[in-house]
Amino acid sequence: MSQVAVVDYGMGNLRSVMNAMAELGASAELIVDPDAIDRFERLLLPGVGAFAQAIDTLRKSGMAAALERFRATGRPVLGICLGMQLMCDASEEDGDHGGLGWIPARVISFPRNQGRKIPHMGWNGLHLARTDPIFDGVEEASDVYFVHSYYVACEQPSDVLASTEYGVSFASVIGRDNIYGMQFHPEKSQSIGLRLLANFLRLPA
Amino acid sequence: MLKSRLIAVLILRNGQVVQSVRFKHTNVIHSDPVHAIEAFNKWAVDEIAMINVSREQGSRDQFAESVAKVSRHCFVPLSVGGWITDAEYAHTLLRSGADKLIINSALADDPQLVTGLSVRLGRQCIVGSLDVKRTDGKPTVFVDRARRDTQQDPVSWARRACEIGAGEILFNSIDHDGARKGYDLETLRQIGAAVDVPVIAFGGVFTWNHLVEGIEAGADAVAAANIFHYSEHATRKAKAFMADAGVSVRKEGRVLV
Repeated sequence: MSQVAVVDYGMGNLRSVMNAMAELGASAELIVDPDAIDRFERLLLPGVGAFAQAIDTLRKSGMAAALERFRATGRPVLGICLGMQLMCDASEEDGDHGGLGWIPARVISFPRNQGRKIPHMGWNGLHLARTDPIFDGVEEASDVYFVHSYYVACEQPSDVLASTEYGVSFASVIGRDNIYGMQFHPEKSQSIGLRLLANFLRLPA
Repeated sequence: MLKSRLIAVLILRNGQVVQSVRFKHTNVIHSDPVHAIEAFNKWAVDEIAMINVSREQGSRDQFAESVAKVSRHCFVPLSVGGWITDAEYAHTLLRSGADKLIINSALADDPQLVTGLSVRLGRQCIVGSLDVKRTDGKPTVFVDRARRDTQQDPVSWARRACEIGAGEILFNSIDHDGARKGYDLETLRQIGAAVDVPVIAFGGVFTWNHLVEGIEAGADAVAAANIFHYSEHATRKAKAFMADAGVSVRKEGRVLV
């Protein structure tokens, strides 16, 4: 059994993430109390919604500090969608807001008025930039489910594990040391998504 | 490349999956929605929608339970709607495992509710639903399960839905529902040209080519209900037909061992 903390900070539907954890046989708990995350062997930071409100909530509740402590232990952390964006230096969504600063990257808007609908919503392909245990069994160009209007622009190409095309080529999977981020929703990406989550659960803790 | 989506819709009345013909729901197809999911879902469908068409508000709790049951088996996005008249029930549905809320009558009756949900949850969570019926050839939007004519034209209603907070439009034709003649392509084209959010076509699919017509008319996603219950592996066949017709669709998720 894998012990997974799923951080609940009031942003979005966590039921889907918990359903996926149950499907994979993982023992996962929704965690609101920042002091409670230390006892877990790995951590999921999900989230849907506005960046500013999310980072504000994490800071005020003490969860941002707890996440920083958890990251420093070297145990695996996965940010999903907004959770991935929060790991970056800053976001330009509704102003300019600092993030957790774990990955040197800015969260920026897709170019507007180019005939592409925003948000980028639907199934799109992953182009694998590097081999990594997170991609075990996942083929090049596998489709996963995205819903987002902003994307992560990494400063260092080595942090980009997979990219996806939507007018621009953007980072759809990022990784650095024990930290991973997925811009799409693996919990809603059927067999490919479940496999990616299973790979995360198998990373050494 | 972003793929065109295929959406399977479950029409639920009093907890049972029913057939829909011009918004009348008499034939029960499955007594348990989970069986329907298992029968037609598996790997080909890109998204699932569940709509509660019960006449009674008392059906809300039972519907939320059905959503919870289905969501445990559903690893694609799940949109749900019907009787979303207050924020508390909207959150009940989200806690039950819904990813998006399909909102129809509240666009007319309580736009502030829609805006509030959109601000709180993000507009990607709100699907503005339009049921359109032609009277003497002129299409207008109906609400309250096709019982009330807003006398508004679909294009301005779709624009208004986006202004209020919808991040996606579900266009259904009351005349085409269950009529087996394909989507109302003319109205679909007009709505698609008028809004900058994804548009889902719904209502009237009887052949796989109707799905292709919907995509060609500008739909980002094509939805159907009744047809997916008629044959084995129906969603898989639908996907294969779309791919052969040149539509870019998601292939079945293949995991290497």
